[in-house]
Amino acid sequence: MGAIYVLWLRELKRYFRSRVQIIASLGQPLLYLLALGYGLSPVFRRGGEGNYLQFVAPGVIAMTVLFSSLFSGIQLIWDRQFGFLKETLVAPVPRLHIMIGRTCGAASTAMIQGLLVAVVAFAAGFRPAGWAGIPLAFAFLALVAVVFTAVGTTVGSTLRDMQGFQMVMNFLVMPIFFLSGALYPLEHIPVLLTALTRIDPLTYGVDGLRGALIARGHFSALVDLTVMGTLAVVLTWVGAWRFSRIEI
Amino acid sequence: MIVVQNLTRKFGEFVAVHDISFAVEPGEIFAFLGPNGAGKTTTIKILTTLLPPTSGQVRIDGLDPTRQSTEVRKRIGIVFQDPSLDQNLSAWENLDLHGALYHVPRKIRRQRMQSLLELFGLWERRDELVKQYSGGMMRRLEIARGLLHTPRILFLDEPTLGLDPQSRNQLWTHVKQLNRDEGVTVFLTTHYMDEADRVAGRIAIIDHGRIVSLGTSAELKSSTGSATLEEAFLALTGTEIRDESAGATDQMRRAARAWRGR
Repeated sequence: MGAIYVLWLRELKRYFRSRVQIIASLGQPLLYLLALGYGLSPVFRRGGEGNYLQFVAPGVIAMTVLFSSLFSGIQLIWDRQFGFLKETLVAPVPRLHIMIGRTCGAASTAMIQGLLVAVVAFAAGFRPAGWAGIPLAFAFLALVAVVFTAVGTTVGSTLRDMQGFQMVMNFLVMPIFFLSGALYPLEHIPVLLTALTRIDPLTYGVDGLRGALIARGHFSALVDLTVMGTLAVVLTWVGAWRFSRIEI
Repeated sequence: MIVVQNLTRKFGEFVAVHDISFAVEPGEIFAFLGPNGAGKTTTIKILTTLLPPTSGQVRIDGLDPTRQSTEVRKRIGIVFQDPSLDQNLSAWENLDLHGALYHVPRKIRRQRMQSLLELFGLWERRDELVKQYSGGMMRRLEIARGLLHTPRILFLDEPTLGLDPQSRNQLWTHVKQLNRDEGVTVFLTTHYMDEADRVAGRIAIIDHGRIVSLGTSAELKSSTGSATLEEAFLALTGTEIRDESAGATDQMRRAARAWRGR
C-alpha cells in the first residue's frame, strides 16, 4: 500500500510543479468552452435547445479529463527513457501496485485539470441544475479519468518511443472526443453517427456527467455508470497486463 | 553470496551468455569486465531479477532471483548503467520515495537519508531538483539511493561512465569504505581497467558470453605476461572493436532518421 501512496504523491508533486503546463493545457478546453459556448448559443437557442454554454460545459470538462488522462501514458515512455521506470520496477513491490499508484496519480491530476475547467465554466456563467448532482458528477469524472488513464497506460506500455505514442494518440483522441456527444445532443442524429457514438466510451462519461450536472441525460445514470464502471475494470486490467509485460 | 552455475541466456538464436559459472564471496569486491556486447549487462540483469535465465542456476544470498524475486530485491542495491532518478524531484524526495518502495521505516529512513547525503556530499543541496545537479552529483545520489535500504550486495553497472577523474576517485573511495565498514558485497562492471585494478579483489573477464579468465589482478597479469591489467585484458579479448547490438529504441530512431531522409 505504501508504494501506491508514494507513486500517487509523486505524480501530484510533479503536476503541481509544472505550472506552465497546467496553464497551457487549459488553453484548448477554454477555447472550446468560450468560443463554442458563446458562439453557438444563439443558434442552439433558436433550435429550441436552450443555453449552449450550459450544454457544452460538461462535455468540455470531460474532454479535459480525456486529454489529460490519455496523455498520461507519455509519462510512462518518458520515465522509461529517463530510467526512472527501472527504479520502480526493480523495487520489492508487486508490479500491480506500481501500476495502480501511477494510475491513481494520473487520474487524480486529470480530475484536478477537469475541476479547473469547471471553475472557469462557472465563472463564464455555467450553473449546475442542483448541488445534489455534484457527488455523482465527481464519480463520472473519476470514471472517465480511470478509463482513459488505463488506455494511456496500455499504449504507453506497448510502445517505446514518443513519436509512436503521439501518432496513436492523435488517431484516438479526436475521434473519441468528436464522437462522444460532448459538443452535440445525441438525439436526431444520422444512424451511422448514432452507431459510432454508441461504441465510444466517452459518450457514456459525458452523458453521465451531463445528467448529473444539468439533468439532461440521454441514457439513464444507471446505464452510464454500468458501462463506465465495467470499462474501468476491464481496461485497468488490460493496462495492468500490458504493464506487467514491460521488459527493461 | 552470489553463486552462478552453468548460466546461459539466449535471445532467439543469439547466445548472450554461454554457460558461465562463478561465485562471489560475502564481503568481496568482484569486478566483471568485458568488451561491449560481451554479456555483462545481461548477466547483471539476470542476477538482479530483471531477466530470467534460459538455463543454469543462480543464487543470490541463497535465493533464486526468478522465483524469489521480491526477497532478492530487498537484499540488493543496484546502480544502473544509465541514470534512473526522477529529475523533477529533489534529492531528498528521490531518496524518500526509494525508502518507501523498499519498506524502510520512516524514522530509520530519515536518519539514513541524512547520513548518506552527508557521506556523499549532497546534504547542503538536498532540496534542489535533481535536474539541476551535475553528472557527478547525480551518480553519487544514485549510489546513495542504492545503499538506503542497507543492501547486502551492491551491483554497480559501469557507475563511473561519463564522470570526471575527481568524481570517479571519490566514488570508489566511498565504495571501498562501505565495503570495509559495512561489509557490503560489491559486484561491479566498468570499462576503466585502472578502477578494477584499484578496488576489486577478484576480476572475471567475459567475452562472447563466456568467462575467459578469473582471478586477482596480479594473477591475470602474470598469466598473460602483461605489465598492466589493460594489457592483460587486451591479450585475453583481442584488439578488435566491438559493436553492441542496438536496442529497439535505437533501431526505431535510426529507421525514423532514414525515413526522414537525413
